[in-house]
Amino acid sequence: MPLQTEPRLADPDALYEALMQAHRALDEARSRRLDARLVLLLANHIGDLEVLREAIALATQGDEP
Amino acid sequence: MTATYQNPRYAFRRPAALGGAVPEQARVVIVGAGVVGLTMALDLAQRGIASLVLDEDDTVSFGSRAICWAKRTLEIFGRLGLGARFLEKGVTWSRGRVFFRDQEAYGFDLLPEQGHEYPAFVNLQQYYAEEWLVQACAASGLVELRWKTRVTGLAPHAAGTLLHLATPEGDYALQAEWLLACDGARSTVREALALPFQGQVFRDRFLIADVVMHADFPSERWFWFDPPFHPGQSVLLHKQPDDVWRIDFQLGWDADPEVEKQPERVIPRVQAMLEGASGMAAPAFALEWVSVYTFRCRRLERFRHGRILFAGDSAHQVSPFGARGGNGGVQDVDNLGWKLAAVLAGEAPEALLDSYDDERVLAADENILNSTRSTDFITPKNTAAHAYRDAVLQLARTHGFARQMVNSGRLSRPATLHGSPLSTPGGEGLPLGAPPPDAPVLVAGRADWLLRHIGRDGRFTLLCFGQVPAEVPPGITPLLVADDDRAGALWDHSGLVLRRWQARAGDCLLLRPDQHLAARLHAPSAAEIAAAHRRALGHA
Ligand SMILES: Cc1cc2nc3c(=O)[nH]c(=O)nc-3n(C[C@H](O)[C@H](O)[C@H](O)COP(=O)(O)OP(=O)(O)OC[C@H]3O[C@@H](n4cnc5c(N)ncnc54)[C@H](O)[C@@H]3O)c2cc1C
Repeated sequence: MPLQTEPRLADPDALYEALMQAHRALDEARSRRLDARLVLLLANHIGDLEVLREAIALATQGDEP
Repeated sequence: MTATYQNPRYAFRRPAALGGAVPEQARVVIVGAGVVGLTMALDLAQRGIASLVLDEDDTVSFGSRAICWAKRTLEIFGRLGLGARFLEKGVTWSRGRVFFRDQEAYGFDLLPEQGHEYPAFVNLQQYYAEEWLVQACAASGLVELRWKTRVTGLAPHAAGTLLHLATPEGDYALQAEWLLACDGARSTVREALALPFQGQVFRDRFLIADVVMHADFPSERWFWFDPPFHPGQSVLLHKQPDDVWRIDFQLGWDADPEVEKQPERVIPRVQAMLEGASGMAAPAFALEWVSVYTFRCRRLERFRHGRILFAGDSAHQVSPFGARGGNGGVQDVDNLGWKLAAVLAGEAPEALLDSYDDERVLAADENILNSTRSTDFITPKNTAAHAYRDAVLQLARTHGFARQMVNSGRLSRPATLHGSPLSTPGGEGLPLGAPPPDAPVLVAGRADWLLRHIGRDGRFTLLCFGQVPAEVPPGITPLLVADDDRAGALWDHSGLVLRRWQARAGDCLLLRPDQHLAARLHAPSAAEIAAAHRRALGHA
């Protein structure tokens, strides 16, 4: 199954808010660890290395200023 | 000198050729009497091939160096007659524990099943291994060891290599038909041929301390990430025989190796570690051996250069997390010995030796990949890597999936020789090129092990389940595995042989002298067996 990039969340604002909430009050190092734990948990949930590689590739390209 | 071990000194004997006008001639010359060169000489001797072994030193390894001998290596040493000695003297272990800060993150078992002659690992100081190999080489009557004999230069030519040797009593020349370069990471042979040895240096330093003490830590591998007694770095604890304990402290790149080696620096570190690990006052201990290392992962592009073959650290180097250096080198020997013997006996074309290159380069890459990944986990390269590392360790406390990502070393396992030109495609079951799984058997009512019956005669084995074909071509030893008690058969009383080899009744598996799987045949004709055998001997 290829990486799905079309809109899939019923309430995207709520997700965004939840992420901001989780990071609020964290310093740089803790924030990084939180994101890392999140990526690892989600990666395991997805459980498909090909999809994950595709996501890594897309995310890597997406940093043009 | 260490407190628990006295290095033997082997005498230099003046060779007849010293001072002679013409170079001495030898068929097989091994440079380096390290663990790999000595194993090579012993393996060849068991195949009836004499060799000359040269070493610049006059003793075995100084300091314990390699201590973790993996199951596959023990099986090979078993074939060479040293397995029981390793089991007897060494510390057997298969369990490891990983700690993060002040808590255990998880534990693992490298060999959770029963029914193998050898355990996952035996810890034994490298000097014992080498000393026993020297004894076995001498006892074989086919190995001539020349100590204090340094290779200083060489010139390869069509029929072999001309070596220049330096000894305490002068120099001489030696003409080698076959040259096996087992001269370690700083290989003179490799440098004389100007062969690139490329790879990665890890910007980190490790303090290796062997201490002697009476302590009751279990026979397990303990690894700490960021423990309170050595903050921000890792620590590894291993048990060795003679009440010697190996402790590795990660120091970071900026550490000064000379300063860190001083006992007044090392002793407090060890003290803090012992107290932190046990929660009690540290037992009395003495420093046995201390060294500071940086690690590299690199290899030669090819291990065969005509009639010069590289094995062990001269061919490839890995970081020690995973114990893949010495173990990988012994497996090089296992792969090379029977091939060289077949070529020297005229049973196989020289091209068979190209398969040594194919197969062991693949294995070296697997070792380098695993050891690089471990080193990347242990020494994170930037803040993101650090965050991911710590995140994995945090999640590992509660989540099984994260435990699988914790990488304190992926411990040595034998390579499956995927895509080997020697394998005959077809059939089903265990992958072609797979290393052999051991299993218990009964032979005439006595408990025995399967692997003891494969390759000890130096030949190919046809492992036959239920029935031996009417005709088996010469050069192959048929071995019958039966599910009942039959004369001349191995009785697979537990069914583990069938299961572990993923076989069914009527299967005939062709195994090379190094016990790797070469062909999966079913009720084969003599012609089919002969074709697979020819292919495995490198006949195009
Ligand atoms: C701290 C540490 C821990 C390790 N732990 C493990 C472990 O647990 N398990 C594991 O499997 N591996 C381990 N290793 C790696 C292991 O020690 C090496 O992979 C192994 O020693 C390689 O054996 P070798 O015979 O290829 O080379 P070496 O042991 O280096 O032997 C080379 C020999 O060649 C001789 N020589 C060199 N140049 C010349 C010359 N010009 N002329 C004549 N003779 C020469 C030397 O005197 C030496 O005897 C560890 C290494 C270190 C440093």
